[in-house]
Amino acid sequence: MELNARIPAGPIEKKWDKHRFEMKLVNPANKRKYSVIVVGTGLAGASAAASMAELGYQVKSFCYQDSPRRAHSIAAQGGINAAKNYQNDGDSIYRLFYDTVKGGDFRAREANVYRLAQVSVNIIDQCVAQGVPFAREYGGLLANRSFGGAQVSRTFYARGQTGQQLLLGAYQALERQISAGRVKMFPHTEMLDVVVAGGRARGIVVRDLKTGRITSHAADAVVLATGGYSPVYYLSTNAVGCNVTATYRAYRRGAGFANPAFTQIHPTCIPVSGDHQSKLTLMSESLRNDGRIWVPKEKGDGRPANQIPESDRDYYLERRYPSFGNLSPRDVASRAAKERCDAGYGVGPGGLGVYLDFADAIQRHGRKVIEERYGNLFEMYQRITDENPYEVPMRIYPAPHYAMGGLWVDYNLMSTVPGLFVLGEANFSDHGANRLGASALMQGLADGYFIIPNTIGDFLARNAPGGISEDAPEFAAVTDEVQQRLNRLVSLKGRRTVDSFHRELGKIMWDRCGMGRNAQGLREALQRIPALREEFWKDAIVTGEKEDYNQSLERAGRVADFLEFAELMCLDALNREESCGGHFREEYQTAEGEAQRDDQNFCHAAVWEFKGAGNAPQRHIEPLNFEYVQLTQRSYK
Amino acid sequence: MKITLNVWRQRDASSEGSFETHQLDDVSPDMSFLEMLDVLNRRLEAEGKVPVAFESDCREGICGVCSLMISGQAHGPESGTTTCQLHMRSFKDGDTIFVEPWRAKAFPVIRDLVTDRSSLDRVIQCGGYVSVNTGSVPEANSVQVAKENADKAMDAAACIGCGACVAACPNGSAMLFTAAKLAHLSLLPQGKPEHERRIKRMVEGMDAQGFGACTNHGECQEACPKLISIEFIAKMNRDYIKASLLPEHTSSELLKAQ
Ligand SMILES: Cc1cc2nc3c(=O)[nH]c(=O)nc-3n(C[C@H](O)[C@H](O)[C@H](O)COP(=O)(O)OP(=O)(O)OC[C@H]3O[C@@H](n4cnc5c(N)ncnc54)[C@H](O)[C@@H]3O)c2cc1C
Ligand code: FES
Repeated sequence: MELNARIPAGPIEKKWDKHRFEMKLVNPANKRKYSVIVVGTGLAGASAAASMAELGYQVKSFCYQDSPRRAHSIAAQGGINAAKNYQNDGDSIYRLFYDTVKGGDFRAREANVYRLAQVSVNIIDQCVAQGVPFAREYGGLLANRSFGGAQVSRTFYARGQTGQQLLLGAYQALERQISAGRVKMFPHTEMLDVVVAGGRARGIVVRDLKTGRITSHAADAVVLATGGYSPVYYLSTNAVGCNVTATYRAYRRGAGFANPAFTQIHPTCIPVSGDHQSKLTLMSESLRNDGRIWVPKEKGDGRPANQIPESDRDYYLERRYPSFGNLSPRDVASRAAKERCDAGYGVGPGGLGVYLDFADAIQRHGRKVIEERYGNLFEMYQRITDENPYEVPMRIYPAPHYAMGGLWVDYNLMSTVPGLFVLGEANFSDHGANRLGASALMQGLADGYFIIPNTIGDFLARNAPGGISEDAPEFAAVTDEVQQRLNRLVSLKGRRTVDSFHRELGKIMWDRCGMGRNAQGLREALQRIPALREEFWKDAIVTGEKEDYNQSLERAGRVADFLEFAELMCLDALNREESCGGHFREEYQTAEGEAQRDDQNFCHAAVWEFKGAGNAPQRHIEPLNFEYVQLTQRSYK
Repeated sequence: MKITLNVWRQRDASSEGSFETHQLDDVSPDMSFLEMLDVLNRRLEAEGKVPVAFESDCREGICGVCSLMISGQAHGPESGTTTCQLHMRSFKDGDTIFVEPWRAKAFPVIRDLVTDRSSLDRVIQCGGYVSVNTGSVPEANSVQVAKENADKAMDAAACIGCGACVAACPNGSAMLFTAAKLAHLSLLPQGKPEHERRIKRMVEGMDAQGFGACTNHGECQEACPKLISIEFIAKMNRDYIKASLLPEHTSSELLKAQ
């Protein structure tokens, strides 16, 4: 597997301009001869499909939900970063670049991150022009708030519904192209495999979820924007349908999977309340602008929070990280919460919780201001827990949230399979080993609006349009494999529900490949996952028919893929013998309990190549060179 | 808690449906309504029976996919709450609950509790957007927007497209959905240039998709999980009349100029 990142030469601030000039262009009259498949209609997919259609390409767009507007991006709450420096507080493209590289614990590619920071400013312009109702000041200008891992205020937001509003902007742009006949939309359709022919990605095989019918689609290029895989942990902040199928299937067809072990555990989520639970709810990081995190100083202090006096409280983030305090980055904040709870200071049922307290902020700004800032989040909290956060502090605990890992891509966002591009959370991207808050929305829209519409042209211009149809034998072969797999799934008439397998897998992953990892635990997981998978293929229950609307079958297919993919995650975690960002190997920590990187041996992206079922995958590396941001021990003190 | 569930089962749009009764004996008040249905479905699966089809994804009240008529109320008894945010503590031990799909001409049933709401997307295709291409836009702060307008636009833009308003309306009207999108865009300077053209096309589109007329029942506002106000419908009606009074050639030319 060759890993050529294709980073343009020259100074970092000139690379993207230079590259855009050097790329080949498709003549406007020829664009309509090219067809592009885009899988996924989240921020990355919807913006890409709309923008490419505007350029004149023929686009087919797919999503598993009944409408493109429901992609999981809709749930993003807190905001989107951009280096506008509207606050005159010292922000710049360079600072956003620097914060992101450092926040990612030096495991991202500098050139990509710089470009991301550069186009961040265009994103805000674009979204405002589309009618995204961002929050504004009384003077009519755009408002900002702060997010973790930064000391400037650069986050744009639309109440607690930023993702929704950005996605509606992209969705509306997409619907405009659908009505103009330039995008053909396939909602309620799940991609089950990629077709590679002549060494290029030439199409996909999909299942119409309403009828169960399998069809294939050929194109000149395939773009995957299928989001993240946090539900591998079963409980996560993601939508329950988020899955790894599209990217994992592409991996099996030759696309390298980079850093699968890099997952983000978000510090502020509503704690688990019982066995019935199907998902965890995030309480946006923006709350840390005003909320203070603490636990009692005394172990097992049973007093209600409000009766614990100031002197008996440990504001551990402020204590340990005085300069970033409650706005420490996510990996740091999550670990600190785990450390306090493991040491016996946690609050709430099972001691798995810490307080996020707004009493000071309410006193300082008044309840009305706090309501305006976070009203919908407070409501959501109350609805779930039946507690009123205006009166008692919230109880929060970390939960799986985001996948930094994903399919490896070069500077053009192309995977190791020519013609297969990967955008948004689905690629391994720009966040290294830890993503900063409000940077995923930025990356998804950067990829979709501003990068892929340029870079795909360079690929297409080098390849004549067409030349293959769905009748080609390569399509028949993949369709056949897909059918066989579905036949196997639908014939599972064992004794255990698919859901129970998913839960068990989730528990293995959370305990052994979650916030803290060690060699022994990972080795155990690597024993248990294949055994669980074997049991799944013997004893799972899948009801209903294959050629029918069948939610049981949909879920079974996704869980089956998680059962394979989880092994790759553990393997990656085991092989990376260092701690960095969200990947915390307990064996590698500083005396103060911080992540200890090993730049000598691990300053690289690990990229896994599929070597056939039953064979060990091969680990490759893309070395990371830091020319602009000096490799240092990350400090938020 | 003990709950008796009467759940609507229906093979597809052309089949007849009927209620199926299930008894659940071990419901926790902390469960969400959908988690309660999960429990039922896992039990059905374990018995080798086909589980009840219903949709959910985000399970936090924002994607708009969950859509249940719960004992005659869209999204159940709590105001400003989606089905996925409804918790069993809103019910009493021993309650009997009826669960049905959205019922509206424009939302044919796909299976059990799942309906086809693509008609809402097609209303958006009639102009529920600002016609700007990627790239050619002014600097974000070059146009100031009064905070009140931005806030009001956000109130309207909060719509999650679930269709509860349509399901709750005796006429199956999509006025609240359409009016909310129109208000969101027309309250902002960026959406103004196309306003007249947009309103005419969307109102016509709404009719073409088989949604009914509005006869001021106000049920839509009650059912809306995002508490979107029917004031927006009044605004749409006023604006529509204004747009219709535009000289004929202007509006038809505008319509043609895709
Ligand atoms: C609760 C929550 C809050 C968040 N808040 C923030 C925030 O404030 N700021 C921020 O920057 N980030 C936030 N994030 C992260 C951010 O929302 C996501 O990383 C981002 O939206 C992902 O966008 P995407 O376009 O890559 O994928 P998604 O939005 O996940 O879209 C994936 C798309 O792929 C489709 N798909 C997937 N698999 C298949 C398949 N096999 N076949 C067909 N279609 C498929 C889906 O239908 C969907 O359309 C948050 C995340 C969560 C969970
Ligand atoms: S599942 Fe998304 S709104 Fe209910």
